[in-house]
Amino acid sequence: MKRSFRAVLLEALNRNAENYPNLVVLNADSARALSLTKFTATYPDRMYGMGISEADMLSTAAGMAATGLIPVVVGFSMFVSEKPFEQIRQSIAYPNLNVKIIATHSGLCVGQDGATHQALEDIAIMRMLPNFKVFVSADVTETKSIVDAMMKYDGPAYLRLGRDMAEDIYFEDKVSIPGGADVLLDGKDVTIAACGMMVEPALKAARALEEEGISAAVLNVYSIKPMNDKLLLEYASKTSAIVTAEDHMKAGGLGGAVAELIGQDHPVPIRRVGVNDRFGESGSQEELYLKYGLTAERIMEEARIAISAKRQIVS
Amino acid sequence: MTRNIVELEQKAKQLRRDVIEMVFSAQSGHIGGSLSMMDVLVALFYGEMDYDSQNPNRSDRDRFVLSKGHTSPGLYSVLADVGYFPREELMTSFRCIGGMLQGHPAMNKTPGVEMTSGSLGIGLSAANGMALGNRHQNIGSRIYCMLGDGEINEGQIWEAAATAAQYKLDTVTAFIDMNGLQNDASTKQVKDMLDVRAKWEAFGWKTFDINGHDFTEIFKAIDEAKQTKGQPSAILCRTVKGKGVSFMENVVEFHGKTPSKEEYLLALEELS
Repeated sequence: MKRSFRAVLLEALNRNAENYPNLVVLNADSARALSLTKFTATYPDRMYGMGISEADMLSTAAGMAATGLIPVVVGFSMFVSEKPFEQIRQSIAYPNLNVKIIATHSGLCVGQDGATHQALEDIAIMRMLPNFKVFVSADVTETKSIVDAMMKYDGPAYLRLGRDMAEDIYFEDKVSIPGGADVLLDGKDVTIAACGMMVEPALKAARALEEEGISAAVLNVYSIKPMNDKLLLEYASKTSAIVTAEDHMKAGGLGGAVAELIGQDHPVPIRRVGVNDRFGESGSQEELYLKYGLTAERIMEEARIAISAKRQIVS
Repeated sequence: MTRNIVELEQKAKQLRRDVIEMVFSAQSGHIGGSLSMMDVLVALFYGEMDYDSQNPNRSDRDRFVLSKGHTSPGLYSVLADVGYFPREELMTSFRCIGGMLQGHPAMNKTPGVEMTSGSLGIGLSAANGMALGNRHQNIGSRIYCMLGDGEINEGQIWEAAATAAQYKLDTVTAFIDMNGLQNDASTKQVKDMLDVRAKWEAFGWKTFDINGHDFTEIFKAIDEAKQTKGQPSAILCRTVKGKGVSFMENVVEFHGKTPSKEEYLLALEELS
């Protein structure tokens, strides 16, 4: 079943607002777009509309955190990561302040708004920042569990969501932790490490590969930083071939993080599915994913290449 | 706390000496803007603000945010003198590896530094955030923020100016250190912000235009800002860059130049 990230964001914020009296939410003229007007109605004194001033918003959140509030900044990914990146670095990451950023509308799945709104670099830049934890959510249940996890520790975090509707991956008892990753399918020939909107195509690819006699493991690497190195190395060792998949540039995101780890600690063939060093465009999510190669078919293709590369190394 | 002007003037002179000494000792740092803002800092830390250097995290303290973070020597000399850390640190730690006194203020390394700064333009937003955070927790204390007149080239300052007015942050007082010089040349030559007072007025702030080296005027403006309800206050401080050292006054090079040995000795003599 497909469910809406936006609806669950409201639920997650409401629930945590009850538990954490110091939680406040900041947005930059996007409360309506993010369906958060009901949060404003429930907690009128805890929703701060900052106008279209993202740089100001992020530094303001830092000041709030310095007095003990837990500011949750919500907005389109482009405008709460890339646009105010310097403010995030100087005002939040460096002083290690307890600001949570929840970024919606990331990647090509944004669709018709086009390249200006399709943040394809945010995982890369956010995971470069010391002190930050970086999460990517694959469905509504996971979103709730990650928001809960982010609230449980004192320090900055970035959560990346998709645009709106996402297929259910998880049941209600899903628990997320910093540094966690889930084995969704076990396998022995190749490991598909995916995050966010590409988890579902990864599962689809694994099932199709199964029919070809290829046993593919699927890992949902929802915590990009810290990453579950142990699990990835275990699967590198077990399957000796890795494919990553994400709605993000090939450079620097999940694929980059996994390649850095694998290249250093357990070199095996690794193939990355992502956007190849170019900007997106307007179109429906389905059209864009097809055109830019974010599909189960592409994952399968890369899996076969990885497996064949592994055989060449062995022989 | 004292508002005895003779005492405060002596204190400012002593702290200006510390600025010269620490920059000379580190062979690096920004003197000009440290000296121009010094009297306002002395007025705040010795004659106005409610804080406890032995309990720096007291939640209802008044806070000072140095948005023009490169003038950290000015702030550090004050923080040491009021007891946040030993004065020796000024000479041994400033801009030194492993030291607690970073080139630009770092809140996690230096007690008394309320907000990390140095990249210009971000401090006023943070000050607003503190005022909002205090309001949310029913804390009535005040937030003071020091801006440079070159720094207000930054667009984020004006985003923050709008935020403070929108939220009626009357606990926020911003000082603009109007020394008239920035890194490359005079503020007029680099990017003339024209009528700065009119800009703050137009953004909804109560404004004051004072001599930033006159303690009577400084305290009068601070007190009036405190009485002002429903809007933030901006105090334009007419100052002299390099104030107190004749050959540094109004000299653009002393924005970030380290004095020679001769200049250093001469400066200390002038400030004795």
